[in-house]
Amino acid sequence: MTDPVLKITGLTVEIPTRRGVVRPVRDVSWDIRPGEIVGVVGESGAGKSMTGNAVIGLLDRPAHISAGEIDLDGRRIDDLPEREKARIRGRRIAMIFQDPLTSLNPLFTVGQQLVETIRAHLDVSAGEARERAVALLDRVGIPDPGTRVDQYPHQFSGGMRQRVVIALALCAEPEVVVADEPTTALDVSIQAQILDLIRELARERGMGVMLVTHDMGVIAETTDRVNVMYDGEIVESGPTARVLGAPEHPYTQSLVAAVPRPDRKLRRFPQVSYGGRETAFRIEDLARDWPARPAGDGPFLEARGLTKRFLEKGSLIPSRRRWFTAVDDASFAIRPGEVFGLVGESGSGKSTIARMIAGLYPLDEGEVRFEGEVVAGAGATEAARDAYRSQVQMIFQDPFSSLNPRHRVDRIVAEPALHLGVIPKANVTARVGELLDRVGLGAEAGLKYPHEFSGGQRQRISIARALATQPRFLICDEPTSALDVSIQAQILNILKDLQEHLGLTMLFISHDLPVVRQMCDRVGVLKDGRLVEVAETARLFEAPEHPYTRELISLMPKTDLLSNAGLAAE
Amino acid sequence: MTDPTHIPADPHEETPLAPSAHRPSRWRAVWDGDLAWSFRRSPVALVAALVVLVMVLGAALAPLIAPYTPFDPASLNLFNGITPPFTANEFTGDYFLFGTDDQGRDVLSTILYGLRISLFVGVMAVLFAMLLGITLGLLAGYAGGWTDTVIMRVADVQLTFPSILVALLIFGVARGIVPIEHRADMAIWVLILAIGLSDWVQFARVVRGATLVQKDREYVQAARLIGRSNGAIMFRHILPNVLSPVLVIATISLALAIIAEATLSFLGVGAPPTQPSLGTLIRIGQDFLFSGEWWILFFPAMTLLALALSVNLLGDWLRDALNPRLR
Repeated sequence: MTDPVLKITGLTVEIPTRRGVVRPVRDVSWDIRPGEIVGVVGESGAGKSMTGNAVIGLLDRPAHISAGEIDLDGRRIDDLPEREKARIRGRRIAMIFQDPLTSLNPLFTVGQQLVETIRAHLDVSAGEARERAVALLDRVGIPDPGTRVDQYPHQFSGGMRQRVVIALALCAEPEVVVADEPTTALDVSIQAQILDLIRELARERGMGVMLVTHDMGVIAETTDRVNVMYDGEIVESGPTARVLGAPEHPYTQSLVAAVPRPDRKLRRFPQVSYGGRETAFRIEDLARDWPARPAGDGPFLEARGLTKRFLEKGSLIPSRRRWFTAVDDASFAIRPGEVFGLVGESGSGKSTIARMIAGLYPLDEGEVRFEGEVVAGAGATEAARDAYRSQVQMIFQDPFSSLNPRHRVDRIVAEPALHLGVIPKANVTARVGELLDRVGLGAEAGLKYPHEFSGGQRQRISIARALATQPRFLICDEPTSALDVSIQAQILNILKDLQEHLGLTMLFISHDLPVVRQMCDRVGVLKDGRLVEVAETARLFEAPEHPYTRELISLMPKTDLLSNAGLAAE
Repeated sequence: MTDPTHIPADPHEETPLAPSAHRPSRWRAVWDGDLAWSFRRSPVALVAALVVLVMVLGAALAPLIAPYTPFDPASLNLFNGITPPFTANEFTGDYFLFGTDDQGRDVLSTILYGLRISLFVGVMAVLFAMLLGITLGLLAGYAGGWTDTVIMRVADVQLTFPSILVALLIFGVARGIVPIEHRADMAIWVLILAIGLSDWVQFARVVRGATLVQKDREYVQAARLIGRSNGAIMFRHILPNVLSPVLVIATISLALAIIAEATLSFLGVGAPPTQPSLGTLIRIGQDFLFSGEWWILFFPAMTLLALALSVNLLGDWLRDALNPRLR
């Protein structure tokens, strides 16, 4: 066995704050051997990125390493003076950041940035550096590198930009690369290609790669060994197949169990019951006084020929204006009581459709009918719109922006019900307290402000707000994509409960195919604003018809490695 | 390290709130807040706040604490004219801390009364500018399109004129309109209007920018979903979220407004000599500077300097304290 290229021993990071010293990383030890990819996985706040920043020597002050040491190739590097650290950074340890958009300078061509980096680290002439740059671009899979080397970052797509960032990291032929969530900002199809590239390069050049991610699928597919971090400490580490296949620590077990499975449908998501943080969602109490409103026979909601164009280039002269068609002639129907899913990659128009159906965007063409009444598009009457408003509610993607930070929680939850006149003013306080209690937050939560809650708790507040009007139709726009996997399981179970016990009909928007498989009865697949396939969920996953659907499904993360303990199949 | 029984503390706090969630009082919450904490730790902010506080109290309580009533002709004694500071008058034996002017008016007392005018004009002008700027900025940012274009182009045009010039123009127009017998009473309100109108643009710009960011937040979508009116969304939802930068600008513009008032008064188009502000006092004092009676100019000028500097330093501190990236 070769000696480790990077070795971390007992690393502890301290941040002195007003309320005492915080230690986001405590006593962390692991190593990377040449050519090996070591994963660091954990949920937000676990200290994974902080560990990565400590390794490369980029901790933001006042954070600092208070104990432990980092050795590169047998030589201690964490106590070197800043000047020497800077020499190691980039040359011997390189970094790949999450967002390819902000890690390239938009004012310089890709070639200029590569040449500058190469010449900063290696003693070569400008001409040689340029040759190297072209070769590197070729190696990371950029077609026609001789031409593209002179283009600016904005002329590259997101995936291509991330390839350039990787080329930039490779400039000085580093021994270690720290990749912090390198594929989180990318679509699944591109994610797979980038991970393949990182794996190939690690093998080919004998680089050690530290891959920081929250995504179990990425870990399973890419890494050789994995360290599971929880609240600043490593709770389990070992070969990836062993850790994910037969996890020993209860946290790893619950984390693995919470990953949505693409291969089969489960009745419920396994709750992460770690550390006793499960809070009850009292669906029975909610169902008791939920008004029974049997739906008609016909379709519940019908979208016909939805089309939305956004102005791409404005001009005073109408014929000079250029339009971008975000949604192109999409038609589908949602049956009463079902969960209808819409999947697609970023920019496919799924959120635009959700907003058109919610009445937030005017339609350019087409119409939306709710139980036969036109509620959006030409021919919608104000009366029909008003009636529809009290029947529909929405759960948004980002729980940090969907609640007004300056309003108290009781005001936030009461607003829709008060404005629509669904509950009498005198009952509002009691009603809001009851709702907050039933979503598992307790009535006292109403006296606080949104920033006092975690992401999962905020999403529960959103759910309480949506339920206050007792709607029949719920639009969920990526309701869990901003949440950790364990919290995601809780929220998805709540949504399942709502559908089953309250008979809510849902439109469920997501880019995450395994989640869609677990949540939806029928699914529509969107590509570039067009609905390419609509099918029952099981059929769509077992026998996809459209080539694009087949491609999407083949790119789903492989979870065969993951332990099946604790899963209850339907 | 991989001991399965080791359970670190839960960082997510997903547990329900304690049933007896005792809320600290509002005052306590403010005192414990980060803003109050950073205030207590900043010596500059503390000194500046103390200076402003002393001046505001002095101005507010001027009729009670001023040793003389300088604008009551009956109480003036011409023998007290041009008494140097820190000494008793050689004829009357009266003592004046900051000396007197040629009419025997106590400089300290005129400063206290002058501060009243300066602070009143400054605060009112900033409030007026805020009202105008915030409303137009919200409207421009939220409505977009033509409304935005028209408002912001007017703002751009406004910015190309120096604000003193705008104020002078308004002042000139007002002098033409207002009948001569009301001119003295109107002077202060014209000052407020002139300074306020030349100052709204920066409020409008900042509020418009912040509104553009807030308008795409999902909480705005949630309010639109249930059919809340545009007015309710602008003023109830967006406005509270764009106010913290406004607070910073308001403080810094207060310093600028006080100086603008002093400048206008110095140029002779501001507060009349019967109701002198600090600027008027400086203009009057200027005449005596070269004949050796320096105190008539010096003390009002130092007061203006200390006030403007303190308010400005408070504004700088507030900007840093509210901007987490600079911490």
